[in-house]
Amino acid sequence: MSSVGLPHFLGVAAIVFTVGVFGIFAARKNIIAILMSIELMLLAVNINLVAFSTYWGQVTGQIFAMFVLTVAAAEAAVGLAILVTFFRNRGDIAVDDASVMKG
Amino acid sequence: MGLYDIAFYIISAITVLAAVGVVAARNPVHAVLFLILAFFNAAGLMVLMGAEFLAMLLVVVYVGAVAVLFLFVVMMLDVDFVRLRQGFAQYLPAGLVGAIVLLVEMLVVTQAAKDIRQPMVAELRHPENVRAIGYELYTDYAFYFQACGIILLIAMIGAIVLTLRHHPNVRRQNIARQVGRRREDSMEIVSVKTGSGVEE
Repeated sequence: MSSVGLPHFLGVAAIVFTVGVFGIFAARKNIIAILMSIELMLLAVNINLVAFSTYWGQVTGQIFAMFVLTVAAAEAAVGLAILVTFFRNRGDIAVDDASVMKG
Repeated sequence: MGLYDIAFYIISAITVLAAVGVVAARNPVHAVLFLILAFFNAAGLMVLMGAEFLAMLLVVVYVGAVAVLFLFVVMMLDVDFVRLRQGFAQYLPAGLVGAIVLLVEMLVVTQAAKDIRQPMVAELRHPENVRAIGYELYTDYAFYFQACGIILLIAMIGAIVLTLRHHPNVRRQNIARQVGRRREDSMEIVSVKTGSGVEE
């Protein structure tokens, strides 16, 4: 019998999620790094969903992981589009400069 | 310790290291490549858990689309990333404390599941992963599946609207004008005398 069980997978997901949270703290100005950290956190959530899905013997978790994947892809596309537009207007992507809503 | 355990520890170690690399890399292109490595190894973890379809989906969607999108943007924009890293050390202690507290909390919660060692795969109605997902997705979750399509459509329209630029000097096709054109507007029949040409 294998000694690796549900808590091991949950532990990996927890570590990856924490690294993502820390990434948002660490890269406060760089919006590309913030988006990548968000992707890491969503990946950790997906690992969690799949782990519970497997160990509970229900496929629902995997279906929700697919939905998370969909939203993550949409979020990345729109986020990067906003980033490109922002860069065209300002010539820089520092988040601190994005303090006014007036274009 | 069987082969399964060895594979789990290797893959999860690479996943965590790649995640750290995403955050710590100085060059943003390296960060994106670490992100791709993390996605690949997460797909490996999902294969270990018996979710083959989702693992392939992760590789196709994340590595094939999202990561390449990131790579495009990082390489296309001429950004001074050195300036963006200023003030990195200023928020490091607060971020580190918050992250460690969060990690300890989540690992404590994880211990609630420490007795669950054996997957309940036998409970599944359909042992094949893809078939099981298909049966559930297209029956119980059909409306959610359609909602996913709408979300993707809206995201696509949003991304196009945000990045579309109209160049004032470029002539564009006016379809209404083109279709609304009649014969009388653009054509005239004249009888030309020999040797005199056409009057303007």
